[in-house]
Amino acid sequence: MDIHEYQAKELLAGFGVPVPRGSVAYSPDQAVYTATELGGWHWAVKAQVHSGARGKAGGVKLCKTYHEVDAAAREMLGKRLVTIQTGPEGKPVQRVYVEAAEPFERELYLGIVLDRKAERVRVIASAEGGMEIEELAHTAPEKILQVVVEPAVGLQAFQARQIAFGLGLSIKQVSRAVTAIMGAYRAFRDLDATMVEINPLVITKDDRVLALDAKMSFDDNAMFRQRAVADMRDPSQEDPREVQAAEHNLNYVGLDGDIGCIINGAGLAMATMDTIKYAGGAPANFLDVGGGASPERVANSFRLVLSDKNVKAILVNIFAGINRCDWVAQGVVQACNDIDITVPLIVRLAGTNEEEGRRIIRESGLPIISADSLTEAAKKAVDAARAHAAS
Amino acid sequence: MSILINEKTKIIIQGFTGDKGTFHAKEMIEYGTNVVGGVTPGKGGSTHLGKPVFNTVADAVAATGAQASITFVAPAFCADAIMEAADAGLELVCSITDGIPAQDMMRVKRYFMRYPKERRTLMVGPNCAGIISPGKAMLGIMPGHIYKAGSVGIVSRSGTLGYEAAAQMKELGIGVSTSVGIGGDPINGSSFLDHLMKFQEDPETTAVVMIGEIGGPQEAEASAWVKDNMTKPVIGYVAGLTAPKGRRMGHAGAIISAAGDSAAEKSEIMRSFGLTVAPSAGELGSTVASVVAKL
Repeated sequence: MDIHEYQAKELLAGFGVPVPRGSVAYSPDQAVYTATELGGWHWAVKAQVHSGARGKAGGVKLCKTYHEVDAAAREMLGKRLVTIQTGPEGKPVQRVYVEAAEPFERELYLGIVLDRKAERVRVIASAEGGMEIEELAHTAPEKILQVVVEPAVGLQAFQARQIAFGLGLSIKQVSRAVTAIMGAYRAFRDLDATMVEINPLVITKDDRVLALDAKMSFDDNAMFRQRAVADMRDPSQEDPREVQAAEHNLNYVGLDGDIGCIINGAGLAMATMDTIKYAGGAPANFLDVGGGASPERVANSFRLVLSDKNVKAILVNIFAGINRCDWVAQGVVQACNDIDITVPLIVRLAGTNEEEGRRIIRESGLPIISADSLTEAAKKAVDAARAHAAS
Repeated sequence: MSILINEKTKIIIQGFTGDKGTFHAKEMIEYGTNVVGGVTPGKGGSTHLGKPVFNTVADAVAATGAQASITFVAPAFCADAIMEAADAGLELVCSITDGIPAQDMMRVKRYFMRYPKERRTLMVGPNCAGIISPGKAMLGIMPGHIYKAGSVGIVSRSGTLGYEAAAQMKELGIGVSTSVGIGGDPINGSSFLDHLMKFQEDPETTAVVMIGEIGGPQEAEASAWVKDNMTKPVIGYVAGLTAPKGRRMGHAGAIISAAGDSAAEKSEIMRSFGLTVAPSAGELGSTVASVVAKL
């Protein structure tokens, strides 16, 4: 789960990471009022969307007058911001963050990630702030400083000092940077984050350390014990179909093909999508209907898949383990009777009670195309989608 | 032979008396698995499905000599259950639970390290379908009837894709020595490599199918090991060719976030290390058949 910059800064500040003074605004008037409250002569107005690379997309404006703050907020609010990370449809800007801007001398990079190879938390830093770390890892890996955290004891101050000295900071700056690094690590650990990125972490002219930008992602599996973080979810930043899917406890990812997929198991779902592509078609979505594919879940899955108007055929592929094919078949038949399905439907049932399941489909009298194997199902779906598109 | 479990392995069920524990315990017992009891804190001393229930794993081990466990414990409490199993000295703990926080798994793996290697617990999962040695024992939630006993090992992240492989193989008359699901989480108890090493040592296994998916470095690491150390042929497959970057595909670990995470890259790595890669998931069985035919 991702959150907005202003939320990440609020959380990090709670762990002692210094952040610029700022406040969120939902309207241009509120943005101007916030700027007057903050005082000073320069303000940054920043579009709050779940994406990086906002600056290049016009989502960050440095303003020198209240009039400029008003204009910047007016320009951003209510629009969709398209960055290189959002895709062409962009993400809606419903709030801006207004921050007191002050000059700084150096830009650093600080990241904390869950390293799957080491199975540990890794702290990454670089003196080249403002750059994409992936790019730096590629072009100048020697400029990246890293420490791996021992989970039994957590990040130690000496490790943070190693990083701070490695970044070439002065003594005064080092102790402040250590506070920021340790604070960011504690936020990562205590809030079940999977990623904290402060890019840039700046050093001001008077040797203070400030998180100028902040990004945090969290472990969905841990949200049951992080209510305050879970409440920061902003559904406006997510695909509405995925939000709808989550409400029904289904796993859905929208794609741009035309064959809707309803499958049990994430691995089989991906493999079925690949097989569709291998057969010359394109999947419209990933959908894992899960272990207990009750008639209700099957019906919800159909509604979800059909909400994508590009869908020209639906492929249901169930390999029943805990599931039973006869239950799934009943669910499919019931869904067909309840929902007006106007595209061809291909069903492949395998595993527990497959014979019974196939019999229910056959005897339903519905125009369902049956398939025995994965390859056959994918081919039939591709053919049916083509025929339907041509008709 | 088989790896990890056989008909003699004494098994206990953690979360024995819950709905899921009960349902799958019945299935496992029916399959012929040597289930010797179970653990549900607070229900010690009672009997469930004709087997004794214990309050702690240590009690269960003392009374039954249990060697392995399977956990049907809710995500919030599962790390605790796994550490309890490790502390009681079980050789193997298999966790079906989907939804364990990643930081809990980090703690679990760190906890295992406190024991010397000889008595360290091997964990399979979490978020997996479990382990089956066809005709001998089932420590999982798979449909047992789709597996034919034989000599090809399967190690898969995904449960259902592992079923798909086994069913396609059975159709072609090819049997399985042991099938292991390592699970779809970013941090799992044991890796592809851990199980390939076991299959290499198992005299009955003649070839292995390794079924990966997008995300993480494990497939590459295992493939490199295969090239240098494995004398048995390995058939590979990686699901997720059509998965977009940065999107989580159901499994917590199935996300392309770093270089080498994509299915295309992983398939290429497998090929470069001499694995035979199945062109599509529909051809898992036939690819295994063509490799096995040359043995």
